[in-house]
Amino acid sequence: MIEMFQPDFMQRAFLAAVLVGVTAPSIGIYLVQRRQALMGDGIGHVALTGVGLGFLFQANPMWTAVLVCVLGAVVMELVRARGNQRGDIALAMLFYGGMAGGKLLVSMSSQSGAGSLESYLWGSILFVSPGDLAVIGLLAAVVLAVTVGLRRQLFAVCQDEEFARVTGLPVRVLNLLLAVMAAVTVTVAMRVVGLLLVSALMVVPVAAAQQLTRSFAATQATAIGVGVVTALLGVGTSYQADLPSGPTIVFLAILTFALFSVVAAPLARRRHRASAEHGPAVCDVALPDGTAGSSPGGPGTAGGPVAVLEGTEPVRAPAGTAVDAPLSGESLSSRGLAQ
Amino acid sequence: MSAVTATADSDRPRPSSPEDAGSAVVGLRGAVATVGGRPVLRGVDLTVRPGEVVALLGANGSGKSTTVKSVIGSVPLDRGSLELFGRPYRKFRDWHRIGYVPQRTTAAGGVPATVREVVSTGRLPQHRLLPFRRKDRAAVDRALSAVGMLDRAGDGVAHLSGGQHQRVLIARALVGVPDLLIMDEPMAGVDVDSQQVLADILRTEVERGCAVLLVLHELGPLEPLIDRAVVLRDGCVAHDGPPPRGVGQHALPGHDHVHPHADDHHRTTQGLLA
Repeated sequence: MIEMFQPDFMQRAFLAAVLVGVTAPSIGIYLVQRRQALMGDGIGHVALTGVGLGFLFQANPMWTAVLVCVLGAVVMELVRARGNQRGDIALAMLFYGGMAGGKLLVSMSSQSGAGSLESYLWGSILFVSPGDLAVIGLLAAVVLAVTVGLRRQLFAVCQDEEFARVTGLPVRVLNLLLAVMAAVTVTVAMRVVGLLLVSALMVVPVAAAQQLTRSFAATQATAIGVGVVTALLGVGTSYQADLPSGPTIVFLAILTFALFSVVAAPLARRRHRASAEHGPAVCDVALPDGTAGSSPGGPGTAGGPVAVLEGTEPVRAPAGTAVDAPLSGESLSSRGLAQ
Repeated sequence: MSAVTATADSDRPRPSSPEDAGSAVVGLRGAVATVGGRPVLRGVDLTVRPGEVVALLGANGSGKSTTVKSVIGSVPLDRGSLELFGRPYRKFRDWHRIGYVPQRTTAAGGVPATVREVVSTGRLPQHRLLPFRRKDRAAVDRALSAVGMLDRAGDGVAHLSGGQHQRVLIARALVGVPDLLIMDEPMAGVDVDSQQVLADILRTEVERGCAVLLVLHELGPLEPLIDRAVVLRDGCVAHDGPPPRGVGQHALPGHDHVHPHADDHHRTTQGLLA
């Protein structure tokens, strides 16, 4: 057990895992909040061209990837901000162009070993060089400074862009900043999780965390916790069982999501029991609550848990649980990249 | 400035005229705007003076919401001019003087957020890049208790009813103590009791001297508060003057007959400041 902390490359891998576990969810939460959960995936595709350019010009693929990702993310943000009806087509062009361009460039380069490209696609802990670690650390610091330092501003912009504009926030600048930070995060996470699964570490810890939380701050903190723990466990398991690190980490994160989902229902029930003790106000709010609870919940998702709980707690449980349950579904099915 | 105050305090509000646009809270002149290539506003004039309550009425698609969105700058004008608090839009920086209540659908994000977190975003013009301090927190508490939602501060916004949700959005707009409140369909999807609560909240703000620009589908319980109504039809102003009772209550298609306290409200239509 201890010996896996001995080799230098493993120490670097663990350190990189911690950095990725912190940065990916801390930026991912804003994308999920804005219902752009799959934006990271798109940037990951575009990053491949950056890696290809690095191969071709024998430069460090980390830096070329940062450059191309930032460009791609800015284009995506501009397409989104224009609210164009054909925006999703433009994004599709960008994603697949990035993917195809990457593979073509790698094939053209002299070091076109299939293995090295594979390591960028799926992540490989063996290849985190000291130079890579320095770049990852630097970029992670920048991302964290922005996502934590401008927490309130970014929250406002992602929660309600129009309102944020009326508070006088530079909405366009903040949106671009967010896109650039997402792009930088993709490059940070690329070595450890791989480009194809980068987005998972931005989204899945957030989705898992919000099974249990009610506030944005708590969701962000829990998501970062989930990100760090799964990244560390994933790297450890990857070493022990000789598995690629990216898929292992993502699989563990999804497992956490499933676990939290199971815990969520009893937890919500207890919360509602606690809030029901507040007193006589229960009957007053039950009527409007009941009507609102059924409307925001998606059809189908709200039905199951409500039906089960209705027998046990007729007063409060239906309204609360109906809203609790579809939250996860909402965020996962939120693929409005172009919106 | 004094002439404007006199206008606001006078019994009968007059239709807007271009001359006093300079000192008005909102001065929209000849606004032409397109949304998705379709002309929505074809030369709308809209003036809101300090302390005045103006309702924007009209059928669906008449350009009410677009007018409001062009006032806050989120729909750019193709032609025409916009002044806020006497300053051209491009030079306007005093955003803390404006409280905006959007249509309710825009408030829930993909991540849970508490009532307090949402309301706190209304305080951004005050603390800007500085940390959120005790006085900001106190302002949030005040706004929450003004709308009667302080006891729900820690609850998730997704768990609220329509009326409660609307109150949260109003608290978010009130937290900066604005001089102009802009509300887009505040009564949509709100039950009768909450409508009355909203009307009471609004009355308190108007008494404080806050100007209000409201998009409404029907006047409802807000009728006694409204000084002036601007009715839009196909992107043009069809009426600017005292609230036409026929338009607000009965003439629009698809209206609900919501008259919670019919006796009180139909007696006085002059406006609260009278």
